[in-house]
Amino acid sequence: MAVPKRRMSRSNTRARRSQWKTSAVALVSCPQCRSPKRPHVACPTCGTYNRRQVIEPSS
Amino acid sequence: MPKPTKGPRLGGSPAHERLILANLATQLFQHGRIRTTEAKAKRLRPLAERLITKAKKGDMHNRRQVLTVVRDKGVVHQLFTEIAPTFAERPGGYTRITKIGQRKGDAAPMAVIELVTEQLSPVTTTRRSEPAAASAPAEPAPAVETVELPADDEATSETEASETSETSEKKDEA
Repeated sequence: MAVPKRRMSRSNTRARRSQWKTSAVALVSCPQCRSPKRPHVACPTCGTYNRRQVIEPSS
Repeated sequence: MPKPTKGPRLGGSPAHERLILANLATQLFQHGRIRTTEAKAKRLRPLAERLITKAKKGDMHNRRQVLTVVRDKGVVHQLFTEIAPTFAERPGGYTRITKIGQRKGDAAPMAVIELVTEQLSPVTTTRRSEPAAASAPAEPAPAVETVELPADDEATSETEASETSETSEKKDEA
C-alpha cells in the first residue's frame, strides 16, 4: 500500500486547512411571524409552514 | 416498471426496511399524522399512497393485499371505511410532507407526514385565459415594430450612403 514518505509540514497542513470554510445558513423571513427561518422548513418560532400550523411552537 | 431504490435500505436489510415502512404506514393511518425523519417520510409516501389507492377500490382482493403490509386488521378497517372515502374525489397526492428542521440528538432532518384532510379545491382554468391575455398585447407590438423598422432602415441607409460618399471622396483624393 502506498504511504507518505515524509511528514507533511505544518505550513502545508495549515495551507490545506485554510480552505475549510463554513457558509452562512440561508434564511428567509416567516410570512406569519416575520422571524428568520430556513427556507422550505416549517418556522420553529410559530410552527407554521405556508400559514398552516404544522407543529407546536418550540418556545 | 418501478425504479429500484438507490442506496442502502432503511434499517440495514430489506426485511428490516419492509418492517419499518409497514409500521410507519400503520401508524400513519392510525394517527393521521406522524413525525419521522425526512428520509423515512420520503420512502413512506409512495407506499402509503399505494395503500390508499387500493383502499379506494375497496374490494376483498385489495383488502388482502393491504393486509400483507398493514398487519393490523383494525387499522385496515379504519383505512377502508373512514380514510378511503375522504379521498374519493382526490386523484392521488393523499399525503403531505412538511420539513420541520433538525432533531436535537443527532441533527437528523425531521419531517411531519400527514394525510391531507383539506377539501379538494376545484382546479381553476386560468391557463385558458393566460394565452388570450398574452396574445392581446402581442398584437400591437408587431405594429410598433413595423413602424420602427423603416426608420432604422433609413438611418442605416443614410449612414451607409455617407460612408460610401466619404470613401468615394477619398478615392478621388487618392
